Amino acid sequence: MSELTELTIKEAARLLRLRSISAADLVTAHVDRIQQLDRRVKAFLRFTPELWDKQADQADKRIKDGDPGPLVGIPMAVKDVLCVRGVETTAGSQILRGFKPPYTGTAMSRLFEAGAVMLGVTNCDEFAMGSSTENSGYHPTHNPWDLDRVPGGSSGGSAAAVAAGEAMIALGTDTGGSIRQPAALCGVVGMKPTYGRVSRYGLIAFASSLDQIGPFARCVDDAAITLAAMAGHDPLDATSSDRVGRDVLNNYGEGVEGMRLGVPREYYDVQGIESGVKAAIDQAIKSLRDAGAEIVDVSLPHTDYGLAAYYIIAPAECSSNLARFDGVRYGMFTEDAENITEAYMRTRRKGFGTEVRRRVMLGTYALSSGYYDAYYLKAQKVRTLIKRDFDEAFQKCDAIVSATSPTVAFPIGSKTQDPLSMYLCDVLTLGGNLAGLPGISVPCGMSEGLPVGLQVLAPQWGENVALRVARTYEESSGVKAEVAPLD
Amino acid sequence: MTSPWEVVIGMEVHVQPRTRSKMFCGCAIGQLGDPPNSNVCEICLGMPGTLPVINKAAVEACLKTAVALNCEIPRHTKFDRKNYMYPDLPKGYQISQYDLPMSVNGVLELDGRRIRVRRVHLEEDTGKLIHAGDKLHKAWESFVDLNRAGVPLMEIVTEPDLRSADEARDYAVALRTLLRTIGASEADMEKGQLRAEPNISIRRAGSEELGVKTELKNINSFRALHRAILYEVARQAEVLESGGTVVQETRGWSDAEQRTFSQRSKEFAEDYRYFPEPDLPPLELDPGWIEDLRRALPELPGARRARLVSQHKLPEADAVLIAADRDLADLFEAAVAKGAEAKPAANWIIGEVAPSGKFPTPEHLADLVKLVTAGSITRDQAREVLIESVETGRSPSDIVAEHGFAQVSDEAALLAEVEAVMAANPRAVEDYRGGKKQALGALMADLKKRAPQANPKVASELLLRLLG
Repeated sequence: MSELTELTIKEAARLLRLRSISAADLVTAHVDRIQQLDRRVKAFLRFTPELWDKQADQADKRIKDGDPGPLVGIPMAVKDVLCVRGVETTAGSQILRGFKPPYTGTAMSRLFEAGAVMLGVTNCDEFAMGSSTENSGYHPTHNPWDLDRVPGGSSGGSAAAVAAGEAMIALGTDTGGSIRQPAALCGVVGMKPTYGRVSRYGLIAFASSLDQIGPFARCVDDAAITLAAMAGHDPLDATSSDRVGRDVLNNYGEGVEGMRLGVPREYYDVQGIESGVKAAIDQAIKSLRDAGAEIVDVSLPHTDYGLAAYYIIAPAECSSNLARFDGVRYGMFTEDAENITEAYMRTRRKGFGTEVRRRVMLGTYALSSGYYDAYYLKAQKVRTLIKRDFDEAFQKCDAIVSATSPTVAFPIGSKTQDPLSMYLCDVLTLGGNLAGLPGISVPCGMSEGLPVGLQVLAPQWGENVALRVARTYEESSGVKAEVAPLD
Repeated sequence: MTSPWEVVIGMEVHVQPRTRSKMFCGCAIGQLGDPPNSNVCEICLGMPGTLPVINKAAVEACLKTAVALNCEIPRHTKFDRKNYMYPDLPKGYQISQYDLPMSVNGVLELDGRRIRVRRVHLEEDTGKLIHAGDKLHKAWESFVDLNRAGVPLMEIVTEPDLRSADEARDYAVALRTLLRTIGASEADMEKGQLRAEPNISIRRAGSEELGVKTELKNINSFRALHRAILYEVARQAEVLESGGTVVQETRGWSDAEQRTFSQRSKEFAEDYRYFPEPDLPPLELDPGWIEDLRRALPELPGARRARLVSQHKLPEADAVLIAADRDLADLFEAAVAKGAEAKPAANWIIGEVAPSGKFPTPEHLADLVKLVTAGSITRDQAREVLIESVETGRSPSDIVAEHGFAQVSDEAALLAEVEAVMAANPRAVEDYRGGKKQALGALMADLKKRAPQANPKVASELLLRLLG
């Protein structure tokens, strides 16, 4: 294994600046690693050699010209729901097979401008709906720590690529936990920013009021650097905040001395939490206390209703967002239909997988006249209550800590027949989406030989707080994300 | 004979506000006849991953309209998704406004009657389908043109307050005038910038209950609007009088056949699954902005018409025609300010300027009116002078001087011409003297031919004296 695939951004940037290595070398090392491993991990759906050649070349020129940007030449993987001009982007779905967006989304173009080098497109659950990447319309991805297990999802490909050393950083999207949960299961850092922090322009929508783009990395610093480069107002996204993106780094290095960290009892004792996970979290909390934080009990009383509200709101929005996939303008189209309605039905039946169809139906039902008040409107009210829960909790603490996932990575195929058990994977993460909060998952040890993630949730626009806690934990605990021992 | 039926009409009018770009993206609005799919981008094509951004100019036009219609404007408004799948709707939903429209409860005064406006809201237009064959479901091939997709539309909906085809047409015309006056829209029906969809029902005169309504579409002129309503009212009356029931449905107007035909039954009301558009945060309208718009409103057509009558003593009919167009009314008032007499100035505007659409400067119009009133040129000459003045930008006085158009009012100068006319028409002279007074007409006509510059009044007096 080449050690170039184990570097952090800072280490790589130093070597690049010293000209010990070139951006092209860095890309080559990752491509070699991919060639060596990805047949087994299957993190990627497709590769972008024209882009990496061009971008690595540009990066080397920039370095030669003395560009000090931290992301210049850094190899990056991109989840299949994020549009890059000319690069086939399918949202993990057959219905979009062959679709090449005519434009590049804002977050990606900002990272390209910052010098990142795109290696390829990573696998995910179809339209980001799932928690194991098994709902991909192409193939499942394997957890680099145990190839018989799932990497989590929906951004499982991105998490696995970073965990396997196939990419230094990766982009994912998080609607109910789709960055944090796979980060936890793959033993890497993954962050979901505050809703509105990163432009959604170019993100193929699953649930518009919940989706956010965020980074995967092997250390908190790398996640912070990547997030800072893509954050900030975008005139193309009316829901993007006009806050300055670099806010996310304010006071970020200052430690947790004197900070109050809340442990919500509903999260701590969540149903189905594995004892090994709980032990790792206890250890993490102790480590944070040792680092100077005060640990306080808090409560999020409406947690139990979060899952239900989420599974109304997200499907409702998705039923509308996915209406455009009709085969008329792009993607799959089935020939020989008798009429347009039949053409729609055939295309969508063939192009969408089971879980997507299930959610479109759930959402359509929830929005139907006569049911709207009982489902959608009620769910929105629950959402308000959940926000209020967090507001009250943050009166008592600066950030909330919990497990990211109640379990470690589970065996491939073990939950596919039981959608509800799959939905429960997100029980600790989706509250952050409903409330629009920033959250990060950092590796906090192992249970049964598999990684466990510590989740830190902060108030809105408090990315710096979440990053600060996560970084302090990483430093003081000595627990670091490692490249999975695959060879 | 009075009809036993009372007609009840509510109007839904879609108006394209005057904006440079589309409702939610930067695409140009374009022109009718642009190549298909030439004014499109990834956003209005509904490409995956794209997002809408609200066009402020469209919001402003809508608020101006709301203010001019005396609407209440709530502080909070939002956009909603109206979900349905059709190939002319790229996203599978239309961004519209459902339960919190930009404005409600307005009124448009129509000849003393108050037509209540229920709501004015903003939405986006759909694309256009062109079918090779008949309808979408029978066509062999269908083509989608998305140039119109995402073009902003204001929807202006009245209460069922209109009582006749005349009134419905007058309402639509008055609305167009208002929109043009405040600069909210060009409101050209033929360009599809104003689409009127009347909802029509009839009921026994004296009844308070509303009958079953039909909604008419495909109406592309005020004339068609009027005819379509007359046709539909007669059709409904016939249905009811023959013991049938009116079916609630959308009907299309065929201009070629001059009749309405059933398009879509509303028996199974479509469920649009409206919900708040999550891609657009709710709008908080700044009351200061609305006040600024209210203050900046020009004089509205109704007020101006009244003033043209009271201040300039114009007949009501003239005032209606002139006030209906802001440019005409501005020209009229400016010309009067430059010294033109009001009534003749109105005549020239209604008779010449409005039909040709060729506008002289107010100074030139005033100059022209003065030349005619003073008897310096004939009306026919004045018409030519006006055209030349508009084309060259020179003043009527200059043109008249150059062409020697000035009327001849000097009797001595006209004597030879009058004598020549009498010599050339001995028969007419004889007839006149024999008592056939109408023979004078033939003589005057000949005189006008031989001496076009002759002042007709002076010449006819001279002729009468010589004949007598």
